[in-house]
Amino acid sequence: METESLHIPDNDHYRELKKFIEEHRNTPGPLIQVLHKAQGIFGYLPKEVQFFVARELNIPFSKVYGVVTFYNFFRTEPIGKHVINVCLGTACHVKGAKDVIDAIKKELNIEVGSTTEDKFFTLSTARCFGACGLAPVMVIDEEVYGRLSPQKVINIIKDFKKAETN
Amino acid sequence: MSFYRMHIIIPMDEEAVEHGAIEVKRELSELIEKNNLKDEVKVIETGPVGVVGKGVVMIIYPERLYYYNVKPSDVKEIFEEHIVKGRIVKRIEHDYGEKRAGKIVDYKTVGLTREQKRVVLDRCSIINTLDMEEVIAKGGYSAIEKIISEKIKPEEIIEEVKNSGLRGRGGAGFPTGLKWDFTRRTPGDEKYLICNADEGEPGTYKDRLILEGDPHKLIEAMIIGGYAVGAEKGYIYIRGEYQLSIERTQKAIDDARKFNLLGKNILESGINFDIEIKKGAGAYVCGEETALIESLEGKRGQPRKKPPYPVNKGLWEKPTAVNNVETLANIPAIIINGANWFKNLGAVNSSGTKVFTILGHVEYPGLVEVEMGTPLKDIINIYGGGVKKGKKFKAALIGGAAGVFLSEKLLNVSMDYESLKENKAVLGSGAILVMDEDTSIPEILFSILKFFAHESCGQCSPCRIGTRHLVDLIYKIKNGEGTEKDLDMMLKIVETMKETSFCPLGQSVIMPVKSALTNFKEDFIKILNKKNNEEVLNA
Ligand SMILES: Cc1cc2nc3c(=O)[nH]c(=O)nc-3n(C[C@H](O)[C@H](O)[C@H](O)COP(=O)(O)O)c2cc1C
Ligand code: FES
Repeated sequence: METESLHIPDNDHYRELKKFIEEHRNTPGPLIQVLHKAQGIFGYLPKEVQFFVARELNIPFSKVYGVVTFYNFFRTEPIGKHVINVCLGTACHVKGAKDVIDAIKKELNIEVGSTTEDKFFTLSTARCFGACGLAPVMVIDEEVYGRLSPQKVINIIKDFKKAETN
Repeated sequence: MSFYRMHIIIPMDEEAVEHGAIEVKRELSELIEKNNLKDEVKVIETGPVGVVGKGVVMIIYPERLYYYNVKPSDVKEIFEEHIVKGRIVKRIEHDYGEKRAGKIVDYKTVGLTREQKRVVLDRCSIINTLDMEEVIAKGGYSAIEKIISEKIKPEEIIEEVKNSGLRGRGGAGFPTGLKWDFTRRTPGDEKYLICNADEGEPGTYKDRLILEGDPHKLIEAMIIGGYAVGAEKGYIYIRGEYQLSIERTQKAIDDARKFNLLGKNILESGINFDIEIKKGAGAYVCGEETALIESLEGKRGQPRKKPPYPVNKGLWEKPTAVNNVETLANIPAIIINGANWFKNLGAVNSSGTKVFTILGHVEYPGLVEVEMGTPLKDIINIYGGGVKKGKKFKAALIGGAAGVFLSEKLLNVSMDYESLKENKAVLGSGAILVMDEDTSIPEILFSILKFFAHESCGQCSPCRIGTRHLVDLIYKIKNGEGTEKDLDMMLKIVETMKETSFCPLGQSVIMPVKSALTNFKEDFIKILNKKNNEEVLNA
């Protein structure tokens, strides 16, 4: 990538990240922790941020990119205001996770991995949250919702929308 | 310390909080305060207790009565009736003699509230495990005290752990004492102890219960482990999804530092040890110990070639012992009670207890700790309450995605390393997923194979390409377009993967595939060529 052509703005977000990097520069193997922080600040990891991390940690961009794309946790696309993560782990599958995800797809009219037009919801899937006793399970933002049924998820989604308009 | 006539325990996990546990606790504490019962009745917040799907749970001691699905609006009645007058509020669901098949059964004989053999989880649900004083009062850190006061040497600890017969609970079942011995004996001035808390096996959340329910036990075990192998630094690698585990464990670490149980010169003993939490980033393969080490070093989590093993060349190329959370949680009890005590628990070559998660189509999904060697049948029927809604049992998947499908014929199997091995199965992570008669095994296998295709790290071609082919084949089969040849092909692929994959991820795909195709062959045969037949019939 043409590194020179990338414009890295000097704003609070980048300053916060830079501060974190300074503090963790000397801990061994800081890259993943830095990326966690960066995603926490920016919501996702666009190329500029990855480049910034590479430059500040003085490692090749390819290494940063390789790590970002290896782990499920890191996102390179912007996300909606709320992220719906439906578990497709075995325990949830047995308890009907597929019906749940189909209901959400239909309700929001989007596919897994995409975001609604109004940028309100992003739909994604995960493998086991370790909440299998509540199967089927989804996590919206950080909140766990368990023992779902197609009707229940539609109600939850409607509640979110209602809360927004109020 | 006052003497309380009654203890009320409110477990806090995500489910409980979602259902208003915080309000319940607040309400109850206020009532107790207002009525001047503070010196008689104690309310304790604790980590998860293994009961799930029951909203807010309230456990009242000394009766050991469980109230389920408690709502904030129920609190006043429970307070006035049960706590003040000692009368059970029958209106609220509780576990106190339950009607099953027309008979009254004591709450101690069925379900997850039945007495269990708890070594690892002994303090969960009894005390507030984040309160240092309560933890110490209940025996926390007494193994460390014993080591310091009796001047027990690292070699003696290793000998004790070896004699106890403790084996790894992370899947492979390697003897823990031996692993520590190798790490200790490898020359080097810098060594590490890593606790594997990546818990990625779908259907498993036993480690989470320890991390949230009793993190001080893990910390104590790691101090002992560090001292035994000669490490001054420990890491706990916790999967990123376990936010609550990370918070609770971090709090416990901070408290332990305040009490000089971590850091330099622990309790003036000359032992130095400190722990740092590292947060995973969501990759199943990172649970494999060498991939975990790569990830700790900030790299892509791709497994390394073995040998060299981590005990010789691990983190930063230094000798490293990697142990599972549950494995470590056994250590303090072994030090206190001795190797023989531990060896007397469990089965031959499988000492101790095991924490199992019982999931799927059972009445009481949740988690139990029982002695190794407990029959599968008992775990499902007694603790899990049997197959849900009186349906017939069809299969149990034991050990997670890399586990084995067992049919009814094997329900009597003892759950320990050796008995399972004899039956071509593995204990794995201890997940037991029960499936009823309506379950389609090809569907479940499809879900598992998609999981492997997604989680293959891509480093070696047998696994990367093999998993992809398997998904295509099972997709075809489950849609009624498969042939006998496709089944043979699946077996051929998993056998090739077993022989040629670089790491145990690819090597283990054979477990679910072969067991499904062997033990549930009819399920697959039944749907072969279905599309073609239907087309012929419709023509
Ligand atoms: C694909 C794969 C995933 C694994 N996941 C875990 C895991 O989540 N937790 C764990 O403790 N061990 C896991 N293991 C086993 C570890 O490699 C290692 O054997 C274990 O951490 C050693 O600890 P123990 O001896 O206490 O069991 C996994 C192994 C493989 C091959
Ligand atoms: S399988 Fe869905 S939370 Fe574990």
